Amino acid sequence: MSTPVTVEQVADAMFRMISDAAGVRKLKPTDVTKAVIEQFGADRCSKETCKEAIRQLVDSGRCIYTYFGGSYIELPQREIAE
Amino acid sequence: MSDKKPTPKLDELETGPWPSFVREMKRAAETSPMAEGLLGVVELSYEDRVGHWKHGGVVGVRGYGAGVIGRYSDVPEQFPDVAQFHTMRVNHPAGWFYKTDALRKICDIWERHGSGLTNLHGATGDVILLGTKTEELEPAFEELTENGFDLGGSGSVIRTPSCCVGPARCEWACFDTLALTYDLTRHFQDEIHRPSLPYKFKIKASGCPNDCVAAIARADLSVIGTWRDAIEVDEAALADYVRAGVDVRRDVCDLCPSRCLTWDDKTLTIDNAACARCMHCINVLPKALRPGRERGACLLIGGKAPIVSGAMLSSVLVPFMKIEPPYTELKELIGKILELWADEGKNRERVGEFIQRVGLGSFLEAIGLEPRPEMVKHPRENPYVFYEEYFEEEPK
Ligand code: HEM
Ligand code: SF4
Ligand code: SF4
Repeated sequence: MSTPVTVEQVADAMFRMISDAAGVRKLKPTDVTKAVIEQFGADRCSKETCKEAIRQLVDSGRCIYTYFGGSYIELPQREIAE
Repeated sequence: MSDKKPTPKLDELETGPWPSFVREMKRAAETSPMAEGLLGVVELSYEDRVGHWKHGGVVGVRGYGAGVIGRYSDVPEQFPDVAQFHTMRVNHPAGWFYKTDALRKICDIWERHGSGLTNLHGATGDVILLGTKTEELEPAFEELTENGFDLGGSGSVIRTPSCCVGPARCEWACFDTLALTYDLTRHFQDEIHRPSLPYKFKIKASGCPNDCVAAIARADLSVIGTWRDAIEVDEAALADYVRAGVDVRRDVCDLCPSRCLTWDDKTLTIDNAACARCMHCINVLPKALRPGRERGACLLIGGKAPIVSGAMLSSVLVPFMKIEPPYTELKELIGKILELWADEGKNRERVGEFIQRVGLGSFLEAIGLEPRPEMVKHPRENPYVFYEEYFEEEPK
């Protein structure tokens, strides 16, 4: 049995993805969830863990939810009236 | 009021015979600079024939991805008081019942932290608190929660579930719409506040097929009360209607969509197996007829009323389900639908569009439901039709 990844590890992996995509592509919560499950493997990383990780990212202020037609998860940014 | 400007076009709207939103906005503007600014922007929009609001999406309250709708003026130098004009959605109580002091509290909070203008209730059902600045969002949220209110849904989440007044005020309710709505709202808290879906998902519950919240046309998942046994008839009350001059044949039987009523000037015969549960006869003769006793709801899926890509009516998903606490069967079904659609749905694709794309067959297979004749339009046009076979299949 492979050891499950921790919520912190998932949150860090998501945070890297979101930082790398910043300014290039907007990622939805489902995008990062699918990507980290692929990265760690479904046997090590559950959807529940991903949900917890997103909660941690947003509640800690490392990421924020944004809305531009659909909902995304992004780095905190200065308010811009695009 | 720094940006007070003449508003000839708005003034014109006030001259009509009906109450005008302009009058209310002007009244609010006496104390609220934001309401004053709003008058100016709207006047300018009428002059220029373009809207002066920009949609923007980085505002919210800590932890939530929903409940705040960002708006900015594209003429902030002309109207600095409404440079930001964000809306907050507040989760309504099931059935929209408030004590007067609760309403006063909401209004006081919004006069302190926003424009003082509301739209009670919006199409979502939420209290829509119109217009505030970014720095007022957290303080407003704090005061709302202190007083027992929470934000509602916006964005790619389960939207605040809503329902008709149901058994609180209406004798036709086939299940407790209020209890269900409250329970679902609590159960799906995360999915209401934290976007994790391809797009919005609306749940609306009506206690009977009169469907007073128009769930069939507006909800992705509709829970519409119905019954599976026979319509109950009170012969004495029926006789009273006839004495009072109601033409039962013309006004009731001839308008029954399934032509399952006959009237021989004394007795009303109902072919309940053919009845489409449309409520028509019950609505016309409310004292004489009532829904049967074996009550529950019909679940429908896929309705939406958007401006962007066309409206869709819901279709039947589960012809009959008992709706009783703790609502396990319904919650599990909703859970399966959300999981499938979150995994496979495209960005901004409503669940009804998703079902059209993948096909009803594969959708049903993926959520583990058996196909049923009620799910398709033909051979009968009315989706509420119950076939004899259906009754026999059900375990007693
Ligand atoms: C300050 C500016 C605006 C704010 C704060 C705002 C906010 C909102 C809110 C809160 C709703 C949901 C209302 C409800 O649930 O009843 C809504 C609906 C909508 N808004 Fe806006 N909006 C603004 C301007 C605009 C403009 C300029 C347009 C189009 C030119 C627009 C188009 C729509 C449409 C099409 C809907 C859906 C209506 C429905 O289906 O009920 N909005 N808006
Ligand atoms: S939908 Fe039916 S139960 Fe609900 S308020 Fe309307 S008539 Fe009454
Ligand atoms: S409920 Fe509608 S379909 Fe059924 S008997 Fe009455 S009128 Fe006919």
